[in-house]
Amino acid sequence: MSNSLVKIRDVHFSWDGRRDIYSGVDLDIPEGKVTAIMGPSGTGKTTMLRLIGGQLKPTQGSVEVAGQEIPKLNRKALYLARRRMGMLFQSGALLTDLSTFENIAFPIREHYDFSETMIRDIVLMKLELVGLRGARDLMPSELSGGMKRRVALARAIVLDPVLMMYDEPFTGLDPVTLGTIVTLIKELNNALGLTSVIVSHDIGETFSIADHVCILSEGKIVAAGSPEELKNSDSAFVQQFVNGHPDGPMPFHYPADDYAEDLLKGHKS
Amino acid sequence: MSGLINFLQRLGAFIIDGMAGLGRSVTFLISVLMGFKDVLLRPRLLIREIYSVGVLSLLIIFFSAIFVGMVVSLLGYTILVDFGGEESLGLLVALTLVRELAPVLGALLFSGRAGSAVTAEIGLMKATEQLASMEMMAVDPIRRIVAPRFFAGLISLPILTIIFMAVGVYSGYLVGSEWKGVDAGSFWSQIQNKVEFRHDIINGIIKSIVFAFVVTWIAVYQGYHAMPTSEGVSKATTNSVVYSALAILGLDFVLTAMMFAS
Repeated sequence: MSNSLVKIRDVHFSWDGRRDIYSGVDLDIPEGKVTAIMGPSGTGKTTMLRLIGGQLKPTQGSVEVAGQEIPKLNRKALYLARRRMGMLFQSGALLTDLSTFENIAFPIREHYDFSETMIRDIVLMKLELVGLRGARDLMPSELSGGMKRRVALARAIVLDPVLMMYDEPFTGLDPVTLGTIVTLIKELNNALGLTSVIVSHDIGETFSIADHVCILSEGKIVAAGSPEELKNSDSAFVQQFVNGHPDGPMPFHYPADDYAEDLLKGHKS
Repeated sequence: MSGLINFLQRLGAFIIDGMAGLGRSVTFLISVLMGFKDVLLRPRLLIREIYSVGVLSLLIIFFSAIFVGMVVSLLGYTILVDFGGEESLGLLVALTLVRELAPVLGALLFSGRAGSAVTAEIGLMKATEQLASMEMMAVDPIRRIVAPRFFAGLISLPILTIIFMAVGVYSGYLVGSEWKGVDAGSFWSQIQNKVEFRHDIINGIIKSIVFAFVVTWIAVYQGYHAMPTSEGVSKATTNSVVYSALAILGLDFVLTAMMFAS
């Protein structure tokens, strides 16, 4: 087992102080591997990325990235730590008033005093990696959904991070773009020596590239292992999630009163 | 009895929420003010925002000032002429504009034209995760996005107010003198004799600085704390204009009482 780049221990988190999103999550993200955090919608998968990136603080517990306790960092140290992290947002989150080129150049211009020639070289290298060198002058409004995500990916890796986080990278893409993104994530991870965390509920794509998968449900990690181990798991919950059965340990219905009584209530009044 | 308890509970919740909101907005303001150094180090960001909130507001300020100056002059003339006091028209137009209408109307127009745009822009950047993505690129959105807009508003509105004063008085002169035949010499000499630079003009500018501070503070706060949905951004934009208008009019009374009541 390789070293863990991210160590999460006994993390509790709540938005409103009443309902816990996490109630004691332990999670290790091994260095140099692709780790997937999966689970049904609304279980707080994206929240986990925000805790790792320090955009949210846990109500209890520890989030350690490359030996640094993220929730305890001051503002300056946190922003320094973030320079070593990249995040691909579901929407791409490109800055709409900047061109493709300028979007990718943005983090470099903000942090370093490089010459224009050097910035141009770095940006074109990253654009070449995602196959969009020819689209450098297009504005975000002129890009398709898949292209936006590839530009956002190029921007996320422009500062050469050690940790890449992907928030639902496979959602809403056509099959060709989907295949491209899947391949890119795996290739970038290997070529750049990254550690990747993917948050997703797309079983097929995620299992095809992940080395390690954790399934999150009701505030805890309920299963973890390689994709093969999870496919062969005895757990009814894991089988329901992996095979997409509509009903099982994870109920189809949101908790409600008895159906017949509920219908009759309307007639009584 | 339970009705009274309910009322007290609601009142308590309202006060606690209000205090929490006030605390959040003051904390937010402090972080924006801390961005002053970054704005100084990168004047290009500030100049771009001054263009966006200030230069692009020039047209509405200019035309409003023309019409307001003309109306004040015309109404003033119709009243003064009954008493044979039309020589004082210049004084009436100048004092009305400099002390009151230019700062107040300028700020109201500014909040509608520029404040709402700032709120909507920041709110949409939040809703489309642009602010969150900046944070993850280790760029503080308060210093990179909010602070330049705040300081641009703070600089622009007083300048727009001075332009409002000048254009308003001159359009008042055109109506009074060129149309109604008031003597141009009396018009300008009354202004020269009675309008004091420190007491009238500087106080008018101080009003506009206070309004600029409040309007841009409300605009950036509402945008930054908007719910990240289309409804949330729409509500924040409305709140920005409504709260700004109420704050301007309320503060105007306080400032007028402090400056001119004695």
